[in-house]
Amino acid sequence: MANIDHLTKISSQVRRDILRMVTAAASGHPGGSLSSTDILTALFTEVMDHDPKTWTRDAKGQDAFILSAGHLSPVYYSVLARSGYFPIQDLASFRQYGSKLQGHPSTEHRLNGIFQPSGSLGQGLSVGAGIALSKKMDGDDHCVYVLCGDGESEEGQIWEAAMFAPHHSLDNLIAMTDWNGQQIDGPISTITGIENLSEKWSAFGWNVIVAEGHDFESILQAFDLAKAAKGSGKPTMILFRTEMGHGVDFMAGTNEWHGKAPSKELCEKALAQLEETLGDY
Amino acid sequence: MKQYIDKGKVDTRSGFGAGLAQAGREDSRIVALAADLKDSVKMGTFAKENPDRFFQCGIAEANMIGVAAGLAITGKIPFVGSFAEFVTGRVYDQIRQEIGYGQTNVKIASSHAGLTLGEDGATHQTMEDIALMRAIPGMVVINPCDYNQTKAATLAAAKYVGPVYLRFGRPSWPNFTDENEEFVIGKTYVMNEGNDVTLIATGHMVWEALQAAEILEKEGISAEVLDVATIKPLDEGTILASVLKTKAAVVAEEHNLPGGLGESISGLLAAKAPAPVEFINGGIGFGQSGKPAELLKAYGLDACHIAEAAHKAIGRSR
Repeated sequence: MANIDHLTKISSQVRRDILRMVTAAASGHPGGSLSSTDILTALFTEVMDHDPKTWTRDAKGQDAFILSAGHLSPVYYSVLARSGYFPIQDLASFRQYGSKLQGHPSTEHRLNGIFQPSGSLGQGLSVGAGIALSKKMDGDDHCVYVLCGDGESEEGQIWEAAMFAPHHSLDNLIAMTDWNGQQIDGPISTITGIENLSEKWSAFGWNVIVAEGHDFESILQAFDLAKAAKGSGKPTMILFRTEMGHGVDFMAGTNEWHGKAPSKELCEKALAQLEETLGDY
Repeated sequence: MKQYIDKGKVDTRSGFGAGLAQAGREDSRIVALAADLKDSVKMGTFAKENPDRFFQCGIAEANMIGVAAGLAITGKIPFVGSFAEFVTGRVYDQIRQEIGYGQTNVKIASSHAGLTLGEDGATHQTMEDIALMRAIPGMVVINPCDYNQTKAATLAAAKYVGPVYLRFGRPSWPNFTDENEEFVIGKTYVMNEGNDVTLIATGHMVWEALQAAEILEKEGISAEVLDVATIKPLDEGTILASVLKTKAAVVAEEHNLPGGLGESISGLLAAKAPAPVEFINGGIGFGQSGKPAELLKAYGLDACHIAEAAHKAIGRSR
């Protein structure tokens, strides 16, 4: 079993990065970044077969990761930096003019580790399906991981991709939903009906796993099951139960911090709740 | 004046189909994706020859664009195909993010463009697609004039690295260009040289412009005819040289005025060589059902109207 303490330390530092980045930029999306921190920390640290030093955009010989919910760029950038894709000092340039760390992920600015731009929602699962299809054609045994938001599953294109991937037997495609139950206008249950997510994905022909997105043992077990499903002909959707704003008491469980940066004072209050484990950037 | 002979009417989409099949034989990286209109878009031969490189996406164009982007970044050369409206207007944002901003090597094969789609009417009959695709940074926009040129353009698009919008049509249409002519992306072809007016055309309208030049010749007017097969990037040098010589122009396209070739040419001339320009296009409205030929006539997209417009442009320039 992986070193849970090690993952816990990384995720605490990633949460600090997220808060410091959005506070410095006075904009950005901390809520969903904090809810998906543990998932991405585990994925990049323990699960994916990847090497930042030999990374190329064509994903040859490595696993690929697509962030469909592009507004989760703070957690994505932090995890990439902490994994060695670029210097952690670059996190200070988040959302600044001329930075590679655009508000939403960009390939135009050539940030190491980014396969495809995202931000306009609902599209990343299709891109991931295309990469997975390409890997199948090439006999490349690697996996493609895609992180979607739960609010994002209101987009029709998600369900187009949901039909496409099983039809083409893309069992090397492992999708994840950050199931925090919140979107920018409020709790998802008050916005529109995405209930019965597990049944929906099952009905579309996916291998569905429900896991606890803030419990590293549950997260790692889910990824093990997903990898084991390779060869089944079915893609996997892991529904990670999470909490928006997780790790900061006044941000947790509310949509208020979906797309808003805290003041400097509130940021200090939040940082006091998160141990600086690996050194701030 | 060079006389062009109609070597037999054939649809430009079949030129695409033949080009795609040949490109597929020459390069195993080429893949094709359809959204349930494989045969209408003429992907059938490619699909039959390369069943492992043809992917049916169903009536789900948005997903098709994303899948194509994923295939492209991993080294494949995807051609996505459907009717022009459904691979532009319906999926503008997907194309913008996944193909334009991502600068992925995806070729958008756009069939049944313009009024000559005919009987299906305005829901399917886009007259705005050139405007949409021109607006996307880095997108090459090609609108070939006949079967031979469409086939050659398809082969050129397959070799070009970067996003391409390749627009062609449904109806049988005169095939008059040289089948051995290589297609050069970014080149405007001087079809006929003349001194009094420049007839600038793209797509199906090139044939009409050539017919208009014959009408004008009988009236003692020497018309230069340009085939703007690549609408973006525009071959500014060839167009400017011609209009600086003739000092009057007509722009003909099977597309509406806003954002089309006419506005593109006007912008160029206003900046670098002001001259009177007359416009032959679909105007600012929607199309409607009808036979292709009767629609072109009704909307003024034919040789007679181009010749009349040439007189107006010349009159304004003297």
